[in-house]
Amino acid sequence: MSKNTKTVIILLVAAVLIAAVPLFALRNTEFGGSDDAGSVMVEEIRGEYTPWFTPVLETALGGELPGEVESLIFCVQTGIGVGVIAFFMGRFVERKKWMKATGQEGDVPASGGERACTGSGDTDDPHR
Amino acid sequence: MTKKEKILLKASIALAAVFAVAPASNAMHIMEGYLPAGYCVAWGVICLPFLIAGFVSLKNKVRENRRNMTLIAMAGAFIFVISSLKIPSVTGSCSHMTGTGLGAILLGPAAVSILGIIVLLFQAVLLAHGGLTTLGANTFSMAVAGPFVSFGLYHLCRKLKVNRRVSVFLAAFLGDLFTYCVTSIQLALAYPSEAGGVGASALKFLGVFAPTQLPLAVIEGILTVVIVIGLETYAGPELKSIGFLRKKEAK
Repeated sequence: MSKNTKTVIILLVAAVLIAAVPLFALRNTEFGGSDDAGSVMVEEIRGEYTPWFTPVLETALGGELPGEVESLIFCVQTGIGVGVIAFFMGRFVERKKWMKATGQEGDVPASGGERACTGSGDTDDPHR
Repeated sequence: MTKKEKILLKASIALAAVFAVAPASNAMHIMEGYLPAGYCVAWGVICLPFLIAGFVSLKNKVRENRRNMTLIAMAGAFIFVISSLKIPSVTGSCSHMTGTGLGAILLGPAAVSILGIIVLLFQAVLLAHGGLTTLGANTFSMAVAGPFVSFGLYHLCRKLKVNRRVSVFLAAFLGDLFTYCVTSIQLALAYPSEAGGVGASALKFLGVFAPTQLPLAVIEGILTVVIVIGLETYAGPELKSIGFLRKKEAK
């Protein structure tokens, strides 16, 4: 395992731990959203407060978005993001392998096995 | 473990986290209808120049080199993923991160405002999270203020010869925290408390947001470092072309 791999694993484990520990440490907590806490604070400062605008989707649905559907949409959002990152990462990884195999490591030629490379002017580095 | 497997792992962790905390309701942005109309318009107008600058900056980056598109897409996707993860925090409530640090470091702060507003729109329309009326205020805190802090800090750290990864971590970490400080101040401006005015009110809101956000900001810092390591290892040419790495530094 390279040094980077180790660093990455340690960092990921740390991240998961930070996220997971409160869940186990505070067993009987509700874990509501903190902007609910925000609205409570608004009411504390201002007295009763009725939002003057309801979210468009809630207006269209005539009620709140069902929790399960909400989680679905959140997952869709995550999915889109992960998909894009994984797709490009996959391409980068493959390209690096390909570059190694053809002995061109270090600098990518214009035809670096990548569609986007066929565009113009990608050989100059302004920061050199 | 290959990079792909690592990404898979990360994806599954991400999904698991979402499932774990799905029942939690709205999190951190200013809620729909919670800012008086005047403030909504004002924040929106303040954001406009940044958005225009961001649009121009993105356009130039793509024109300069089509390959920059990949990094722009990845930075945007990173915001998508990170800001969809609601994570339980020590205070017993959930919140989510912003993910704008990576984009700010790679693309500059203006470009991130465009990426950020896309995510905010997605959440405001589909998730009733944040809101259309508060879009301006939320854009300012998450897609303008936070990224500017990240960008400034990163370059300050690099000037001071701080290790690159430490710089990335600090930039993402403090950018995230700053986003929520700005949110608190925005709420405080709209709801000054009767006793102490805006200041006291800001402290109250900070008291709600800051302790929750602190551990999440650490996670955001960590994840940003992880993805930067990944990009450094595999996407050297892209990072060079966008000006993140100099030619000699690339592996």
